[in-house]
Amino acid sequence: MSLKLRIWRQADARDKGSMVTYQLQNVSPDMSFLEMLDVLNERLTLDGEDPVAFDHDCREGICGMCSLVINGVPHGPEKATTTCQLHMRHFTDGQTIDIEPWRAAAFPVVKDLVVDRRAFDKIIQAGGYISAPTGSAPDAHATPVPKLDADAAFEAATCIGCGACVAACPNGSGMLFTAAKITHLGLMPQGQPERNTRVIDMINAHDEAGFGGCTNTGECTSVCPKGIPLETIARLNKDYRQALRAAS
Amino acid sequence: MTDYYTLGDPVADTKAPDGPIETRWERRRFGAKLVNPANKRKLTVIVVGTGLAGGSAAATLGELGYQVKSYCYQDSPRRAHSIAAQGGINAAKNYRNDGDSVHRLFYDTVKGGDFRSRESNVHRLAQISVQIIDQCVAQGVPFAREYGGLLDTRSFGGAQVSRTFYARGQTGQQLLLGAYQALERQIAAGTVQMHDRHEMLELIIVDGRARGIVVRDLVTGEISTEFADAVVLASGGYGNVFFLSTNAKGCNVTASWRAHRKGALFANPCYTQIHPTCIPVSGDHQSKLTLMSESLRNDGRVWVPKAKGDDRVPADIPEDERDYYLERIYPAFGNLVPRDIASRAAKNVCDEGRGVGPGGLGVYLDFAAAIGRLGRDAVEAKYGNLFEMYQRITGEDPYSTPMRIYPAVHYTMGGLWVDYDLQSTIPGLFVIGEANFSDHGANRLGASALMQGLADGYFVLPNTIGDYLAAGPFPKLDGENDEVAQARKLVEDRIEKLLSINGDRTVDSFHRELGRIMWEYCGMERTDAGLRKAIGEIRELKAEFWQRAKVPGDGEGLNQSLERAGRVADFFELAELMCIDALHREESAGGHFRAESQTEEGEAERDDERFSYVAAWEFGGDLPVLHKEDLNFEYVHPSQRSYK
Amino acid sequence: MAISGAALVLFLLAHMIGNLKIFFGAEAFDHYAHWLREIGAPMLPTAGFLWIQRIGLLVALGLHVWSAAALTIRARKARPVKYAHRKPVQGSYAARTMRWGGVIVFLFVVYHILDLTTRHLNPVADTSKAHAAVAADFGPDRWYVTAFYALAVTTLGFHLRHGIWSGLQTLGVSNARRERLLQGIAFAVAFVICAGFLSVPFAVLTGLVK
Repeated sequence: MSLKLRIWRQADARDKGSMVTYQLQNVSPDMSFLEMLDVLNERLTLDGEDPVAFDHDCREGICGMCSLVINGVPHGPEKATTTCQLHMRHFTDGQTIDIEPWRAAAFPVVKDLVVDRRAFDKIIQAGGYISAPTGSAPDAHATPVPKLDADAAFEAATCIGCGACVAACPNGSGMLFTAAKITHLGLMPQGQPERNTRVIDMINAHDEAGFGGCTNTGECTSVCPKGIPLETIARLNKDYRQALRAAS
Repeated sequence: MTDYYTLGDPVADTKAPDGPIETRWERRRFGAKLVNPANKRKLTVIVVGTGLAGGSAAATLGELGYQVKSYCYQDSPRRAHSIAAQGGINAAKNYRNDGDSVHRLFYDTVKGGDFRSRESNVHRLAQISVQIIDQCVAQGVPFAREYGGLLDTRSFGGAQVSRTFYARGQTGQQLLLGAYQALERQIAAGTVQMHDRHEMLELIIVDGRARGIVVRDLVTGEISTEFADAVVLASGGYGNVFFLSTNAKGCNVTASWRAHRKGALFANPCYTQIHPTCIPVSGDHQSKLTLMSESLRNDGRVWVPKAKGDDRVPADIPEDERDYYLERIYPAFGNLVPRDIASRAAKNVCDEGRGVGPGGLGVYLDFAAAIGRLGRDAVEAKYGNLFEMYQRITGEDPYSTPMRIYPAVHYTMGGLWVDYDLQSTIPGLFVIGEANFSDHGANRLGASALMQGLADGYFVLPNTIGDYLAAGPFPKLDGENDEVAQARKLVEDRIEKLLSINGDRTVDSFHRELGRIMWEYCGMERTDAGLRKAIGEIRELKAEFWQRAKVPGDGEGLNQSLERAGRVADFFELAELMCIDALHREESAGGHFRAESQTEEGEAERDDERFSYVAAWEFGGDLPVLHKEDLNFEYVHPSQRSYK
Repeated sequence: MAISGAALVLFLLAHMIGNLKIFFGAEAFDHYAHWLREIGAPMLPTAGFLWIQRIGLLVALGLHVWSAAALTIRARKARPVKYAHRKPVQGSYAARTMRWGGVIVFLFVVYHILDLTTRHLNPVADTSKAHAAVAADFGPDRWYVTAFYALAVTTLGFHLRHGIWSGLQTLGVSNARRERLLQGIAFAVAFVICAGFLSVPFAVLTGLVK
């Protein structure tokens, strides 16, 4: 198939950037989306042009590094699929595809389609952990965890930190990411001692990083490649309310 | 043979205590010097890599009070490729009361490694496995649990007990996030300085000690020299030398290889694990291979057509024209033979021209019988997510047509040589996780990689590194120092050279070709003639690379082509050494199968008389130097593996 | 946002129920309008309660608008560069129209007060004749008033549909099990309020109420 690609090109953080059009022939439907971009980059390299910079690593949908907004949708049209797992068979011959980076003040563009997502690390630093220094742990069976809680905690913990939730949110909010971690740790008995300080500190870090506020639009969960539910945000809100009450 | 290498003096591990194996680790810890808490603050440690080993080590060293500088090439430490591990993590907890023990895990691992690993190291690994689970649970890792609230376990290849702890099919992710969170906690506490999107390009050795690294900031292109009292490499394996592997695209050997060029010995580079159940290549554009859990072989039946070149759709091939070759050749284990055996059998039938799918590089994994026996719902409950992943990638529905699978490079057992303290032959350079060679011998058992990475990072290194650091802090360094300036210049010159070739072939095209040579001659089956041919071809290709490679752009700012070019240049040199190691080891062991060394039934045949040693290679350009470390087995006696 | 919104929703419910009094005839409706002014008497002066309520509403509305403005400004700051390819709605339509919907409703409220409270825009100037004012307002000749009213109330319905649920979510009342139930409640409340308000002008328009 042949495609018309319109790709955001931006030389570095200071450059203004613009959409640039490329024609690409002989795209196989079996290619992944990133392999299609590999083919484009091979051509650009041989033509003496600067290849398109984009983030990717594991290419199996788990590292969370790939990050493209494809025709307005983070990670493209397939539900619960990262860009690296998206295949060209979901596009049609002759189609125009717009490719843009995540857009958020908290995720400034580094180059082309590459953005800086360290704001997420900052949120985790604020309290997205359980303080358990190496060597201090009791036997693993010392504290049983009800299966349903463990399973629900696992579901929330599958977040890959890709940032699609922020990219999709009309408010540029990172609340789904924050809530996934609050939910994971809040459901485990090991997470209880720090539960109140965690939620307050993480929300403060979220706000300081320049993310927008949550208005529960649900755009985040609809593009989340791991299907983290909106319910996690309600849980975060409840924890936040309880933490404020405990603090006063 | 000596055209390819020279023989040097033997090496020995001088750190492991003698005596009863059960107390060696305890005695080593007692014998090691300690650093008092006030001095720890004055000592700096560099950790390269943030996977299970590097992340856990940096976090733990920070907790102990050292000043830690951590580096990774990804945009966040959470992305390291440990995150992709699916199956689980072994631990000798014996929660099942099914006869497991530290000694049994030790025994299984030494046997699984085909008797090419050190007893002392493996025993320590088995002992520590128990603490790892405790540690991870305390961090909030959401392991699978039973209704009583206790941890669930499952059994895995190469073991008859149920000792594998897991978190659905994402155990690596959950364990890594645990380590990552501990690391972020230390970053917030100020004990760890994190440098993401930084790549180590050279090791700095001053007065014979590893004292720092040269790094490139991948965003600004700035080259800087970073100093410390000790350097820890946790930079992972080198499976990407094959271009196509289950590794992440960025995985590379550069950190290890730069250390090797500076004098660290590289051990057993030819030991490569090839995983039998991956999604096959769909065309020339393929950039990576995706693993599907081995558990599929519990219910799927592997087959190919009996006739060569039979290109009918699978449904049209009648039962009596199918060859269920694993069940035929290995009636006792059938479809559940170990990884290396299943992989080689698939290669053999494809070599006979009976492979299926594009290029004839695939075999069927058929669930029709399981669906008939258990019903579609039961199969879906068990393997639903894997089937979905398969369909997403191939566009085929595995419920109605058999899956196609093919082996792919998955893990490398070889790596930098380390002693019992995980210290390389360069004082002050420690190597942990997949980057070292230590615990898996010639073959790694499923669910053991996570165990080793975390054992090294949480428990071994933080205890052993103190013995070395007790002599510090070492004299302060700056860029004026000759050895530092030289290391920096080496990096700058290399980058300039790569950028100035300005040829007519892309770096990826070289990498693909290198991968093809390695897969053909140094993959699942290796021969004397093939390896000699491969060495010749690699050398030619390497020469061509330095004349024809095209690296666009400049060294200022983000340049992903330049990053790849540097990594591929190092892969060329490693590939040569892998082939030389494979050529010199005229026996079959674990992941290394030499066609000349097999039993009458076609099974791997070890030669303990001649090859019961670790091959530790010293860098020597075209002529590496072989140092042998003899292996002694006091507790587990070598025997022939058989799965018939 | 959620708390001020909750206050406004409660007012809307009371207002809507009061409106339905019109189906009991002109006298009942005017009596109800009169009673509103007498609540709390003789402790409170005439229309005292009404003023307390008005101030409360004004505060709630002010807070609501202020929070909305703050969120909007924050959202703008959080995404300084817009997407070139506008994103299709993935979540709910109601959620995506909260801001403009809110503005429309606000403008309507201003008009609505000028119309039926102060009577500046109403043919019946006598504030004691509530029923007459309503009947005159939505007469067939003034169909455009009814049309605007209907449009505003429908917009309000969308606003409530997402707003009520979103408020419950913000207050942390929601969880996985309750999510669908709460979504249903939000829809039901929005629907009832919407239908209740619309019933009056259409009843006038069709001659059911004269």
